[in-house]
Amino acid sequence: MSDLTCEFLNLKLRNPIVLASGILGTSADVLERVARAGAGAVTAKSCGPAPRAGHPNPVAVEWDHGLLNAIGLSNPGAEEEARMLVEARARLEPLGVPLIASIFAGTVAEFGDVARVIAAARPHLIEVNISCPNVADEFGTPFAALCESAAAVTEMVKCAVGDIPISVKLAPNVPNIGRIAAAAVEAGADAITAINTMPGMVIDAEAGRPVLSNRVGGISGPALKPIALRCVYEIARSVRVPIIGTGGVTTGRDAAEMLMAGATAVGVGSAVWTRGVAALGDIAAELAAFMAQEGYRTLGALRGVAL
Amino acid sequence: MHQTFTITEIRTENYRTKTFIFDRSLPGAQPGQYVMAWLPDVGEKPFSIAGNAPLALMVVAVGPFSEALHRLRVGERVWVRGPLGQGFALHGAHHLLVGGGYGVAPLLFLARTALAAGHSVEVCIGARTAEDVLLAEAFMSTDSTDFNGLREEKKSDTVALTTRTSTDSTDFNGLREKKSVSSVQSVDKLLITTEDGTLGEQGLVTRAVEAAIAARRPDCVYACGPAPMLTALARLCQAHSLPHQFSWEAHLRCGLGICGSCELDTQTRQAANMPAGWLVCKDGPVRIMIHDS
Ligand SMILES: Cc1cc2nc3c(=O)[nH]c(=O)nc-3n(C[C@H](O)[C@H](O)[C@H](O)COP(=O)(O)OP(=O)(O)OC[C@H]3O[C@@H](n4cnc5c(N)ncnc54)[C@H](O)[C@@H]3O)c2cc1C
Ligand SMILES: Cc1cc2nc3c(=O)[nH]c(=O)nc-3n(C[C@H](O)[C@H](O)[C@H](O)COP(=O)(O)O)c2cc1C
Ligand code: FES
Repeated sequence: MSDLTCEFLNLKLRNPIVLASGILGTSADVLERVARAGAGAVTAKSCGPAPRAGHPNPVAVEWDHGLLNAIGLSNPGAEEEARMLVEARARLEPLGVPLIASIFAGTVAEFGDVARVIAAARPHLIEVNISCPNVADEFGTPFAALCESAAAVTEMVKCAVGDIPISVKLAPNVPNIGRIAAAAVEAGADAITAINTMPGMVIDAEAGRPVLSNRVGGISGPALKPIALRCVYEIARSVRVPIIGTGGVTTGRDAAEMLMAGATAVGVGSAVWTRGVAALGDIAAELAAFMAQEGYRTLGALRGVAL
Repeated sequence: MHQTFTITEIRTENYRTKTFIFDRSLPGAQPGQYVMAWLPDVGEKPFSIAGNAPLALMVVAVGPFSEALHRLRVGERVWVRGPLGQGFALHGAHHLLVGGGYGVAPLLFLARTALAAGHSVEVCIGARTAEDVLLAEAFMSTDSTDFNGLREEKKSDTVALTTRTSTDSTDFNGLREKKSVSSVQSVDKLLITTEDGTLGEQGLVTRAVEAAIAARRPDCVYACGPAPMLTALARLCQAHSLPHQFSWEAHLRCGLGICGSCELDTQTRQAANMPAGWLVCKDGPVRIMIHDS
């Protein structure tokens, strides 16, 4: 059997499969459940400065090649989230599964405020979501769209979190994702998560209406995989930090492709819809089987072979 | 993706409840499963599948979305995602179904499925007051498209008699009972309780359930209704070591098992001995407890 243990920054993951932010991740109970289902690490749903109900239904719809969602960053606010993270971390530590928090905010200063509150809960890593496509109307252009704003947020968060490492989560819909990644790393990002969902729309022809109440949403699942692979590849060629490669990974073979594109760990989200919570452990097992079959003994042997 | 269904018939069940019958069946639907019903520009909400020959949904008007559904007319369309979630799985051949309020909707589909398989079915319905007792006639009817007992004249005389005499109650274990006289396709027994005693026995439905279990032990108890009713029933079933399958409700958003909004509150979950992190929309709505006791 091949060795799936994954060194990610200062963390040791039993396998590289990480629950992506916003898929479950809303309570200590579900985070623990996903960890017990075999995840190498788990990411909590993104939280912001204040509680948000999110958008009204419909918030998600499955279509021919994936999902489209506009949940609208529902979250209980940073203070309440921090309490949940403390509880979650206590439950996950005995399982040896690191906890990744995720934060978003509307301004650079607010990113700092949220980061401070969340850092106090001592998650193992803080993911900085500068790329949610669903709240643009309220917050203007996503921070992930420009090198300057990506760097400004990164710097602010890095200052606020002390010794906790941060991973900056990037958007696919930018002209040059490698340059955004480089700007974030230069500003202090310890890692990069890529990618968030791709903006899209599903229209119901009979209704003559977009399905989501937010009209537009984020594409995830199988349709996203080629886009994610291209983004991870470009980031890996542009920066040296580890990458959580995320987007459309549904099988162990998909995970292998993500590692081959240069990722160190692999985010899994929408596969939970098709394969249930068991998806994380199952994908890890399939990855091990694939590696054994192809003669890869360690993740290091696989990483970046397609670069 | 949503499929469009056209309303072919609307039945008024009580002062705030209508059943919508659609133009066709929903492929693959099992009793206990639900659909997300979408009305463009209005919203999307979950509804239990009350029947599938053809698709039927029973809707209580309680707020903006259900009221918008109630304004629809025959010939108009509803957009439906589903069937979704884990439904009931028939266990054994003698079933006790317990419905609280509008929780009777998925049980009607379950009763019809069990009866079609030749099983025996007893039903307990609990409600606040007489006018909140829903689908009682439908449980006694053998017409699978019948949702309010108005169609009995189309069927055989014995069945017509059954439905019409359903107010003729006989006393059984201290509880009022509606009994089918001959049809094998109607439920064996229907026990009604109301909190104010305006129909059936006065009290909570758990009393009727106790009596039904004492009279004839079922192979499995199936229930849908308010959480306090389900937690009380869970204790009762555990005390009797009875397999049980209850359908739970929570605030549903994605219906796909990914957004995490549909966990039960901790108190309910613990009272009913449910696993942590259990998702109503995908692990449920039905929790099957066969090997529990
Ligand atoms: C798995 C599942 C199956 C369901 N099946 C059915 C069904 O078969 N038939 C049905 O009518 N409803 C069913 N519901 C509930 C249904 O989704 C609600 O009727 C709907 O959410 C109401 O939306 P609204 O916009 O009209 O009212 P909202 O504004 O969402 O609700 C108004 C208020 O009424 C309360 N409420 C919600 N539903 C009810 C109710 N039925 N009776 C009394 N108070 C209520 C809410 O908690 C809220 O306080 C089901 C829910 C779930 C999770
Ligand atoms: C329902 C849903 C909610 C999401 N919420 C968040 C979120 O809160 N924060 C975030 O950074 N990403 C969020 N995402 C994006 C995912 O973390 C992930 O980047 C994306 O879905 C691609 O991966 P996948 O194809 O495996 O789902 C969400 C995705 C989905 C489907
Ligand atoms: S409604 Fe989204 S997980 Fe259940």
